[in-house]
Amino acid sequence: METLDHAAFLTDEAAATELLRLVTCGSVDDGKSTLIGRLLFDTKQVMADQLEHVEETSERRGDGYVNLALLTDGLRAEREQGITIDVAYRSFVTPSRRFQLADAPGHVQYTRNMVTGASTADVAVVLLDARHGVIEQTRRHTYIAAMLGIPHIVFAVNKMDLVDFDESPFRAIETELTELASRLDVRDALAIPIAALPGDNVVDPSERLSWWDGGTFLERLETIAIAGDRDAAHRRFPVQWVIRPMSDEHHDFRGYAGQVAGGEWRAGDEVVVLPSGRTTTVAAVETHDRALDVAVQGQSVVIRLADALDVARGDMLCDPADAPVVARELEAIVCWMSERPAANGARLAVKHTTRWTRAILDEVCSVLDVEKFEQVPADGLALNDLARVRLRLAGPLLVDPYSVNRQTGSFVLVDEATNETVGAGMVLSAAP
Amino acid sequence: MTSKAPLVHLSHLDVLEAEAIHIMREVAAELERPVLLFSGGKDSIVLLRLAEKAFRPGRFPFPLMHVDTGHNFPEAIEYRDRRVGELGERLVVASVQESIDRGRVVEQTGPRASRNQLQTTTLLDAMTEHGFDAAIGGARRDEERSRAKERIFSFRDDFGQWDPRAQRPELWNLYNGRIRKGEQVRVFPISNWTELDVWQYVAREELELPAIYFAHEREVFERDGMLYAASEFVERYPTEEPFSEWVRFRTVGDMSCTGGVRSRAETIAEVVGEIAATRITERGETRADDKVSEAAMEDRKRLGYF
Ligand SMILES: Nc1nc2c(ncn2[C@@H]2O[C@H](COP(=O)(O)OP(=O)(O)O)[C@@H](O)[C@H]2O)c(=O)[nH]1
Repeated sequence: METLDHAAFLTDEAAATELLRLVTCGSVDDGKSTLIGRLLFDTKQVMADQLEHVEETSERRGDGYVNLALLTDGLRAEREQGITIDVAYRSFVTPSRRFQLADAPGHVQYTRNMVTGASTADVAVVLLDARHGVIEQTRRHTYIAAMLGIPHIVFAVNKMDLVDFDESPFRAIETELTELASRLDVRDALAIPIAALPGDNVVDPSERLSWWDGGTFLERLETIAIAGDRDAAHRRFPVQWVIRPMSDEHHDFRGYAGQVAGGEWRAGDEVVVLPSGRTTTVAAVETHDRALDVAVQGQSVVIRLADALDVARGDMLCDPADAPVVARELEAIVCWMSERPAANGARLAVKHTTRWTRAILDEVCSVLDVEKFEQVPADGLALNDLARVRLRLAGPLLVDPYSVNRQTGSFVLVDEATNETVGAGMVLSAAP
Repeated sequence: MTSKAPLVHLSHLDVLEAEAIHIMREVAAELERPVLLFSGGKDSIVLLRLAEKAFRPGRFPFPLMHVDTGHNFPEAIEYRDRRVGELGERLVVASVQESIDRGRVVEQTGPRASRNQLQTTTLLDAMTEHGFDAAIGGARRDEERSRAKERIFSFRDDFGQWDPRAQRPELWNLYNGRIRKGEQVRVFPISNWTELDVWQYVAREELELPAIYFAHEREVFERDGMLYAASEFVERYPTEEPFSEWVRFRTVGDMSCTGGVRSRAETIAEVVGEIAATRITERGETRADDKVSEAAMEDRKRLGYF
């Protein structure tokens, strides 16, 4: 049995590979566990004795084949025991990429889990059964992926062995998926035929799918370009922490620490500090031990300003030529995550970037009927609802539409009595 | 598509590092009295580097705390004190020995005695005593399957208990750090890292590790197919004659239950290479021995398998 050569991962190139965050979704029995198991097995992440264990268990269960789905039996066991199902995070690595997989069960009532897993994903893998094609759940998963702004979707059309590896049923499904993706404004979507159980076209190309020249499932994951997904256009820097050592050595040092939410930051850039509206320029963009030429979305850095302004956590440094809205009213999509419903007029705490404020749920305008894909009128929020709401804010938030920026366009809602996180929001529009 | 400037390349280590720094700053900003757990082990050494990146040139906005079993490898304590001195930060030592002396816990006896389980009480007592409301730790999701679902901010009730159903959803990079008086949070900034990521990061950042992580000659004895350091902390059975061997250890902490492996690996690359290679032979040779396959399992999880 082959294993990965781990020493090879200590080279500079290996340390420089990118991280790809995936969320996997599919309805029960489409083969998600088998696909993940197959991916791990064929990329040699499974040890010999672990495999032996799976072989033994498969035999005991009378599966009649080596059931790779057992490698990821965490969620399965829970499902069988009827325990709360949740998002599980796992990692694996190939020589060209490091993957982090958020595995969310596919059932309707787990919308909240998929939303959670999808919030940080670069790629959504949506599984289908080739025999059934596009079903309601496929539409729902694609819809949520699109709503959460995931830039890439890979449709894994599984169980091709059960349609005799035929091209025509796949092409029919592909056409339908292409239409679905474009209707939902998904930027990049691709359907790939696979058979996870026998292992066709997952990691290794398949003779039996000789008509397919679009590459394997893993190749697709390894080559999707994600660096270009960063928001390079809108300069946003929520201040997280003020570094003021006041030591002899760093007497006048005043650095603003945070994670770049958008744009490219360089020394000399013009800056407006929101909500105060004061302007200055960037004196330096740095880390604890070096100055940076440029910092981009996702990097945790320190920014120093040319003038000593009064800047605190919760403020945002922005491009004066293109600043976000200093908002007191939001229209947003909210996914309700609590078992306790909320009615119009509910008061909630909001966390947006590094800023907290309070909000009143002015109006639930409509709730998405996930079966019909229609907005239907509603007067409250219940668990797993995806609703269009209007919120009135006690203090200003510095927001962009979610479609423009996933960091400055997102927020969570917190119940002030219990401190629980009860909702996740995506800004549609904002007003002062 | 034509892009105007070449894209900045962020590696997986860059991304994981930025995420961990963000988390540390959130804890510092949202909790009143956080503390960073520092054992001298490699995961907590990584945490220290991340704290430097998060807060320098300022001081750390929290002290460090070592939950000291009293059964330490001398190399680990020497490393701890030197590193804390270099950083100029405050160290709180929570001592298991003191918990024993005060009657908070009962020391196990006999050759198989270990202080591993006693640490929890010492930690909880120290958190209460110092009024800490958040403990930043180096646990990772790849260590155990059950951890795959644990949150980065993991909430404990007044009794320090974790209720898997009362955990908060975590979306985007928004962490909700609100708690009531008496409640506590465990925060795991390197939750998403694997064993391999940690080694890669140690190599990239050129972090020094305590010498026990690399092969060295030491007095050991054999028990259940594992090698343990011979020390005053472990009672040996009469048949357990100590002998000299080249070994390395995978964790620091309680000397009485940390098994070593025969090794000549003196660099990170050699250690990682060895971990990958040994497990194949280990399997064939010592399957009958539970203890060893358990250790093999542990190594495997650490390396990013699951
Ligand atoms: N014939 C065939 N069966 C498959 C394939 N992939 C999965 N299955 C089977 O479909 C059933 C459900 O798979 P599983 O991975 O458990 O689905 P999950 O519920 O989505 O995790 C199992 O009996 C699998 O063996 C495939 O490519 N071909």
